[in-house]
Amino acid sequence: MRISRINKKENETGSVAQDLSLLDPLIAKHKGKKGNLIPLLQGAQELFGFISGPAFEKLARETGIPLSDMYGVATFYAQFRLHPVGKHIIKVCHGTACHVQNAVEISESLEEALKVKDGQTTEDRFFTLESVACLGCCSLAPVMMIGDQTYGKLTGNEAVKIVKNIRLADNN
Amino acid sequence: MTTIVTVGLGSCGIAAGANKTYEKIKALKDSEKLTFDLKKTSCVGMCYREPLVEITDETGTYLYGEVDADRAVEVIEKHINQHDPIRDYIVYTDLFDAPENDFIGAQVKIVLRNCGYMDPESIGEYESRDGYKAIKMIAAEKRSRESVIDTVLKSGLRGRGGGGFPTGMKWKFANANKSAEKYVICNADEGDPGAFMDRSVLEGDPHSVLEGMIIAAYAIEATGGVIYCRAEYPLAIKRLNIAIGQAHERGYLGKNIFGIEGFNLDIYIKEGAGAFVCGEETALIASIEGERGMPRKRPPFPAGSGLWKKPTNINNVETYANIPWIINNGSEAYAQYGTEKSKGTKVFALAGKVRHSGLVEVPMGMTIRDVIFKLGGGIKGNKRFKAVQMGGPSGGCIPEFLSDTIVDYDSVNATGAIMGSGGMVVMDETTCMVDVAKFFLDFTCKESCGKCTFCRMGTKRMLEILDRITNGLGREGDLEKLEELAYQIKDNSLCGLGQTAPNPVLTTIRYFRDEYEAHINHKKCPAKVCRPLLTYKVDPEKCTGCLVCSKNCPAKAITGERKKPHFINQELCTKCGVCFSKCKFESILLS
Repeated sequence: MRISRINKKENETGSVAQDLSLLDPLIAKHKGKKGNLIPLLQGAQELFGFISGPAFEKLARETGIPLSDMYGVATFYAQFRLHPVGKHIIKVCHGTACHVQNAVEISESLEEALKVKDGQTTEDRFFTLESVACLGCCSLAPVMMIGDQTYGKLTGNEAVKIVKNIRLADNN
Repeated sequence: MTTIVTVGLGSCGIAAGANKTYEKIKALKDSEKLTFDLKKTSCVGMCYREPLVEITDETGTYLYGEVDADRAVEVIEKHINQHDPIRDYIVYTDLFDAPENDFIGAQVKIVLRNCGYMDPESIGEYESRDGYKAIKMIAAEKRSRESVIDTVLKSGLRGRGGGGFPTGMKWKFANANKSAEKYVICNADEGDPGAFMDRSVLEGDPHSVLEGMIIAAYAIEATGGVIYCRAEYPLAIKRLNIAIGQAHERGYLGKNIFGIEGFNLDIYIKEGAGAFVCGEETALIASIEGERGMPRKRPPFPAGSGLWKKPTNINNVETYANIPWIINNGSEAYAQYGTEKSKGTKVFALAGKVRHSGLVEVPMGMTIRDVIFKLGGGIKGNKRFKAVQMGGPSGGCIPEFLSDTIVDYDSVNATGAIMGSGGMVVMDETTCMVDVAKFFLDFTCKESCGKCTFCRMGTKRMLEILDRITNGLGREGDLEKLEELAYQIKDNSLCGLGQTAPNPVLTTIRYFRDEYEAHINHKKCPAKVCRPLLTYKVDPEKCTGCLVCSKNCPAKAITGERKKPHFINQELCTKCGVCFSKCKFESILLS
């Protein structure tokens, strides 16, 4: 089982004053419909990149879905994030094909270069490093995905180089 | 005729740079005012040759492989402008002997009949390839629901999601349960790591899945349809949405469709939120209903009480994609392929240490060896073939000596693996089987929903033992403990996830016991994968003294002067492997 919890402290420091009124159209669209909980959470995450404590509370208050139900669902699925994420999310594929072709090395090299562990965000909120199950590009293993771009046939050094170049390009 | 240039734009092609190729060709076409038609298609299965560009002119069809933007310029210049095909780049053609002719020739394409041969975003192209002909025929001939179900039943089609339950039976049960509200669901939550067949079908031929669902809806009198698709497949979702929109425009979805009075059907897409267990049908239904995706006890089966407690038929993508072909060609035509109990074809996603990774569709009954060596081209780098993993986290590893096993449900089950959804990850001598077992268990342990104690706790305990073994701390009796836990988990779990989670461990213990014993008794990893069991040494012959390893060593265990061979102090070495991956001269030896 995946275990994730709302971290009060991190939420306070991490959430740069969210405009919760952005949630209103979403709530209007889904309120009262059966099976609406997951689309609500997906919509909220799309707006803010993650679901903050205050966002949860607003959703619960205005849709009448108990907060405990929301929390239960949000922590069940891998898709939902309860913490703010970096500007770029690096998804390192750990599917079977990538695993047997040394995906571990890619993750380790990136962990070392970015000084974060799997699932964490760099201090400057630039990158979030994640391992994911399978990106379905098995023929290009090992693979990582940043934004919409997939990078295949990687080595640890190449992965680090790609990430460094993204940072350089963004800083300029 | 006008020459047609088609670029393969499936996910794998795009990842390999096909968008750049497409843009380049488009730019060339515009700037030089060339007269060919430029088209898009999806994956033809030859992922290892991506990006692929197909040129059809009056002399025939040529498939070019590995066409990056530079090569695209060359191909357009030579082939289009000078009418001089570049033989060296052509991977497939029926005009002469090209390197991949065997790869295509040995396949029987039913599910993949349109993938890579048409523009998936065009309903017109689908219709020109017999699309929506099956449902139109059913409507024109006023075939009864029972006769449609009978055709599917007689074809021998079994569920391609892994379970292998006869599709016609499922439909029959769902049809027998009367209700004013019924549903058809397409399970497109392809979660097995190492499997990408469904993604390719959805990206390459979304209409055939829709048509399959429409036929199923007709057969069971369904009033609504849902496609439950992984959110990780954005391109598949985009193309499905386009397809659904087009079907609505033509009146293929909506009210009284195909002129059948009272046949009303809407289909919508439900994006999965990332939980492997949602591949299990009752968990999938819970997820559509907006709950945690936890399986529940069966019976009642979904055919009796499914989505919103109404009779529901769930099949997976590949199953639905078979349906229009079966209706068009008849059940005998389908049943001529395959073995006694497993009819038709099966799509496999070949990946891992195999030369030709990609998608292949073969008749049931082909041997695993043929799939890997004839279609897959054998093992990369001329290494020794060790095993093939089938069925993902629910499956097992089939060793080399059993590779003459034929692919059908029962033969694969007999090895302890399962057919699964069709992932085949090939492993060579450099793959450690204990590590592979640990990998899968780590996956199922994380993905266990937590409902059944044996699955929740048992997988965790098994993982701990495997962790110990791969860290050189294995003890006598560990294997017995693993086996005992495995059988307990299998017996005491509610759903398929738990019942099959121990399979990767059981099959590797069964076929590669010596590898486990080497880890436990001799603290050695024969495949040189488990790092804590390895020793890193510098090869003084090869070492150039470049200082890269000593600078990068986090434990400061490497010493040596510039331009002189270095030395690793074994007492300080933490076996992190950094020196091995950083060394450009392959002078770090593993033993």
